Amino acid sequence: MKQLLLGNEAIARGAYEAGVRVASAYPGTPSTEINENVANYPEIYAEWAPNEKVAVEVALGAAVAGARSMACMKHVGLNVAADPFYTATYTGVNAGMVVIVADDPGMHSSQNEQDTRMHARASHAPCLDPSDSQECKDFMRIALELSEEYDTPVILRLTTRIAHARTIVELGERTDIPLRDYNRDIKKYVSMPANMKGRHLFVEDREERLSEAAANLSINRIEWGDRRVGVITCGAAYNYVKEALPNASVLKLGLVYPISRKLVEEFAAGVEELYVIEDMEPFIEDTVKAWGIPCSGKNKTGVQGELFARKVAEKFADAEAAGPMSTEGIPNRPPVLCPGCPHRGLYYVLGKLKLTVCSDIGCYTLGALPPLSGVDTCICMGASIGMAHGFEKARGKDQAHKTVGVLGDSTFCHSGMTGLLNMAYNSAIGTIIIADNSITGMTGHQHNPATGFDIYGNPAPQLNLEKLCEAMGVKHVVVVDPFDLKELERVIREETARDELSVVISRRPCALIIKQTNKPFVCDKNKCKNCNMCMKLGCPAIRKTENGIEIDHSQCVGCGLCANICPFGALGTKGE
Amino acid sequence: MTHNIVIVGVGGQGTLLASKILGYIGLENGCDVRVSEVHGMSQRGGSVVTYVRISDTDKLYSTIVEQKQADIVLAFESLEAVRALPYLKDNGTMIVNTQELMPMPVITGAAKYPSDCLFRLHEACKVIELDATSIAAECGTFKAANVVLIGVLAKSLPFTLEQWMNAIEANVKPKFIDINKSAFMRGYQL
Repeated sequence: MKQLLLGNEAIARGAYEAGVRVASAYPGTPSTEINENVANYPEIYAEWAPNEKVAVEVALGAAVAGARSMACMKHVGLNVAADPFYTATYTGVNAGMVVIVADDPGMHSSQNEQDTRMHARASHAPCLDPSDSQECKDFMRIALELSEEYDTPVILRLTTRIAHARTIVELGERTDIPLRDYNRDIKKYVSMPANMKGRHLFVEDREERLSEAAANLSINRIEWGDRRVGVITCGAAYNYVKEALPNASVLKLGLVYPISRKLVEEFAAGVEELYVIEDMEPFIEDTVKAWGIPCSGKNKTGVQGELFARKVAEKFADAEAAGPMSTEGIPNRPPVLCPGCPHRGLYYVLGKLKLTVCSDIGCYTLGALPPLSGVDTCICMGASIGMAHGFEKARGKDQAHKTVGVLGDSTFCHSGMTGLLNMAYNSAIGTIIIADNSITGMTGHQHNPATGFDIYGNPAPQLNLEKLCEAMGVKHVVVVDPFDLKELERVIREETARDELSVVISRRPCALIIKQTNKPFVCDKNKCKNCNMCMKLGCPAIRKTENGIEIDHSQCVGCGLCANICPFGALGTKGE
Repeated sequence: MTHNIVIVGVGGQGTLLASKILGYIGLENGCDVRVSEVHGMSQRGGSVVTYVRISDTDKLYSTIVEQKQADIVLAFESLEAVRALPYLKDNGTMIVNTQELMPMPVITGAAKYPSDCLFRLHEACKVIELDATSIAAECGTFKAANVVLIGVLAKSLPFTLEQWMNAIEANVKPKFIDINKSAFMRGYQL
């Protein structure tokens, strides 16, 4: 049977068909839908882990214990998981283990453009790079088989255009892979120096064996065409090469680390001019050049942004330039906090108090955009807390009194807890605000330990954020509703004034999950003085027209925040 | 023949359902199909662009439709339609919902919503304009505007009415099938 599947859905299907039993992940665009779909197969145990490090450890434990396993994450997640991962490539696995990592060239939803293939090389993990959903599914099985044959976790690397593209997939049946026996093997699985010296030699030897075998792997293939131009490519770039240079000879690498030198040499010898066309870093190109084989690629495309067929045609086939995509005089439409978003009230107050805000990764990063413009820094998951602490240590307690760290409930569970523990342990002065909207919002509503539900939507023990903070040694923990602006302002003033550490939990569920049914608000033109206070909220439903303030009823969810700040009582529901 | 379609709109307008229906009908009728979606940050009220490629003759590779490659742009919002003009082939068609949603730079006063969006479209290409949001509201919910627009688009694609109805049935929740079918017909009969 054929289906049109997202790359991420195809990965989940591939895991199912190839007998995976355990899957752990932390959501992150563009990888989130993998584990969401894995959870639809009852044959696989799936879970949301609090972060990617835990997910990789769970997958490794399962693999060592004999079950085929997987962990999924976005590219920056592998940084969090790098610690276990870089040693897992030494210990190896028992049953197959695949770590699926989704890169984001062009930064559609990410903070950087790091290339996971660099992690593969640095950790000595084999890395596969599929070009469409069919390959996503097929490569899952191949990755698991390679993992078992070569005794190593394997990276399956996606990019946004693979993970979030739907292409046709031929479905197959599940192969039931029995649990392998688990036998204690201290020399292999206990990473003491004496043991790992031997394992490092094993890693070296393994990589050489795989490099040799890679010449005959079906996922690496030469498509001979016009011999005047040869292109080495992989992943999404393969699709662009096939459209932009349809006649060129192509070496398509499905295994991008290690690269088969034999295959590259054979291909290079068969063509007159050699290009390497790949998204992101010159990963293949540098390797080919290091082997003394002349080629070019990144000198024409650069490393920033995505490749497209047209870009390939322009740079490598002298196609006419298409000109800019932008249209003059067209205002941008950046993403915004949704109507009814609980973060809006919080950022309004932070802006009013003119605080320095070390923010974090999540929907609330959008508080950086005008008119709220309320964010000073955003780096990575959990950095809000460490950075707020750093601000205090650099500039003293006066700075601490005007600084807050802001992060969401899911981000706090992911990697905020250790930062807060650090502050408590080191007697810090400062205020951390947990914007608790009771869900992982930006990635599309996944549960986390603070929501009280698991990946299947079943009730789960709910982390008590207040008690946790208290247990860490935070003496002042205050819970407040971010739509109660007066109280929120009072609490933040009070807590930031302290010479101690405090946590404010700004708690109100995400507007998209509570699906407010309140009547939309209207502006009473008789009362409105056009003072523009409501415009400071940056609510997409409120607009200023020639006729004064108007509320777009197709957008307003009736949250009432605007009525809360209107000094003239002009905003309300009809008839009030 | 390959049909390159670009769907543009504002996050939350239901562009994903539109691309799902198009992808489904292509697959069910033996075409090669490639769809590129947007998930994550830009979904939150930002500009969203979805690419749909359907071919009954060629094997497709790229999942992206680029400048001057689109046969049709299906625009859920007027400003997004103007933004998407560079995608259209010289003889391409713009199907546009005349709804206007203010982007934040306009709301804050940093930019102006162009008053001449439709004029600019008519200057540049063949335009089919309709108030899909109001039409959908008449069918039961303004949220079905996406399916009204699919109904308009349907006439440019080589599928039968029955095939479209099957695609709608397969892709919307059972309790919304009737509303969506009537929304589709309103667009189809336009």
